Amino acid sequence: MTGLTPAIWNLIWQSTLQTLEMVSLSTLFSVILGLPLGILLCITTPGRNAGIRPMPVLNEVLSRIVNILRSFPFIILIIILFPLSRLIVGSAIGTKSTIVPLSIAAAPFVARIVETALKEVDPGVVQAAKAMGSTNSQIVFKVLLPEALPSLISGLTLTIINLIGYSAMAGAVGGGGLGDLAIRYGYQRFRPEVMAIAVVVILVLVEVIQFIGNRISARMMAKR
Amino acid sequence: MQITLKNLVRNYENVHAVRGVSLNIPENRIFGIIGLSGAGKSTLVRLISLLEKPDSGEVWYDDSRVDDLPEKEIIQRRRHIGMIFQNFNLFSSRTAGQNIAYPMEICKYPKDRIKERVKELLDLVDLADKIDAPISTLSGGQKQRIAIARALACSPDVLFCDEATSALDPKTTQSILALIKEIQKKMNLTVVMITHQMEVVRDACDYVAVLSDGQVVEKGTVKDLFAQPKTSVTKEFMSHLTTNTRNVRDDGVVIWSDVPARFTLRFLNDRVETPVISDIIREFDVVFNISGAGIQKVGDTKMGTMVCDITGKPEAVSAALDAIRERGVTVEEAEV
Repeated sequence: MTGLTPAIWNLIWQSTLQTLEMVSLSTLFSVILGLPLGILLCITTPGRNAGIRPMPVLNEVLSRIVNILRSFPFIILIIILFPLSRLIVGSAIGTKSTIVPLSIAAAPFVARIVETALKEVDPGVVQAAKAMGSTNSQIVFKVLLPEALPSLISGLTLTIINLIGYSAMAGAVGGGGLGDLAIRYGYQRFRPEVMAIAVVVILVLVEVIQFIGNRISARMMAKR
Repeated sequence: MQITLKNLVRNYENVHAVRGVSLNIPENRIFGIIGLSGAGKSTLVRLISLLEKPDSGEVWYDDSRVDDLPEKEIIQRRRHIGMIFQNFNLFSSRTAGQNIAYPMEICKYPKDRIKERVKELLDLVDLADKIDAPISTLSGGQKQRIAIARALACSPDVLFCDEATSALDPKTTQSILALIKEIQKKMNLTVVMITHQMEVVRDACDYVAVLSDGQVVEKGTVKDLFAQPKTSVTKEFMSHLTTNTRNVRDDGVVIWSDVPARFTLRFLNDRVETPVISDIIREFDVVFNISGAGIQKVGDTKMGTMVCDITGKPEAVSAALDAIRERGVTVEEAEV
C-alpha cells in the first residue's frame, strides 16, 4: 500500500461528501418530479381497476414518457442532458450539474414506484373514503399516501440505492464523487487501492441506507 | 329520510346488473334488500348511495332528486350518508379513534369538537378503551363497531350496510345487528341492509325486498314475507334459514314458548316413531301443552326430546305419567 497519504484520504472524504450531495439532492428532485407523476399515473388509470379520476389519454401519454425515460441508457441520458445541465447549473460537468441528469433519470423510476404503491391500497378503503364524501385530493393526501407509506418508504430506499449506483457512473463523464475518484485515480493513474476504497465506501453507503430504510418501514408496519 | 327509487337501470358491458328497480324505502325503518351473489345487490346499493350513476331511472331522497346532481353536490350529499362494508374498510394508517375522526376531518369540524365526538361515538359502540388501538389489533366484531362509529360520525340521515355481517361469526353477527337496531332507534335513522342472509332480514329488518337477476321479485314487511313467501327465490332463501339461535338449546331442542314447562320427556329409538302422546290423551283425562321439542342423533340412536306441561286432575296426571314411563319414555320433572 504505497502512497495512501493524508491528501489521498482527504480526497476520498471529499468525494464521499460529493456523492452524498449528489444523491441527496437528486433524490429530493426526483421525488419532487416523480411523486406527482406517480400520483397522476395511479388516479388516471382507466379500465377495470380504474383510479379515482380515469383519464385514458393522459394516462397513456404519461406512461409512454415514463417508459421511454426509463429505458434510456443512463450514460447517454447524461450526454443528451448536457445542454439542460448547462442551462440550469451553468456548467455541464461537476457535482452540481450531474444532479440534473440524475434527477431526470430517477424521476420516472420514482413515478412507477409511487404508482405501484398507491395501486396496492385496498380499493375497498378508497371506496369507503369516497362514500364518506371525500374529494379526490382528500383521497390522495389523506388516504392513498398515508395508507401506502410503508411501501413508499421501501421504494424510496430503492431509489436512493439506485442513485448511488448512477452517481458512480456519472463519475465517468466528470461528475465528481466516488465514481469519479475511482476512475481518475484508480483506473487512469493505476491506483487500485484507491479504487478499492471508493468501492468499499459505496458498498457501506448502500448497506447503511438499506438498513435505515428497512428499519423505518418495519417500525411503521408494527404500528398498524 | 325516505328514499324512492324509480325504475333504476345499470348495465356493465352486456351484463344487466340492475334491470328496472323501483322501491320505496320508508324513513326511520330498517329496510333489507336480500339476494344471491350476482343478483345485483352491490350495484343497487352503489346506485342508492350515490357512488355510481344509473344508466336510467331516478333516485330521490325525500323530495329531491339526487342521482343527477353535479359532482360537487354529490360529494356534499355523501357526507350525510353513513356506510359500512363486509370488509370493514378501515384505514390501517390510522388508529381506531383516528378512523372515526376521518369523516369529521374532511367535513372540516373544529378539532376539539372532533375529539369530543370521537369519545361519544366510542362510548356508543362500547369500545371506549380502544381509542388508540391500531386497526390490526381489533377483532372482526370490533372492527365493524369502529366502522359503524365512523359511519355515524357526521350524524347521517341514512345508514347503508353492505353485507355488513357476512364476514362475522353468528354470535358477533347478532351483537352487530343488535347495535344497529339500537342506533336506528336512538338516532332515528333510515337503515338499508344489503345481505344474502335471511337471518339478518329476520332478526333486524322491518321491511324487505327480494332481489333476483337485477329485479325486485317480492317486497313487503318481513312478517308478511315470512308468513306467505310468494316466489321460489324467497322460498329458497327460507329453506336455508337456520333456526333462530336464541331459541335453540345446546341439545337441539327448539323452545317456542316463553312459559317454562314442567316436564321433559325423552323418547329413544322406535319410541320416537310412535304416537305416545295421542294414546295418553285418549286414555286419561289430561291436557298436553307442548312448549318445545327436538330430535338428536346419538351414534346410531335417535333421541327425541319434548318439553311440555301436563295438566288435569292430580291423580289423572300421575296415572298418565306412569303410563308414559311404561311405554319406555323417560320423564324428568323440573322443580317448580
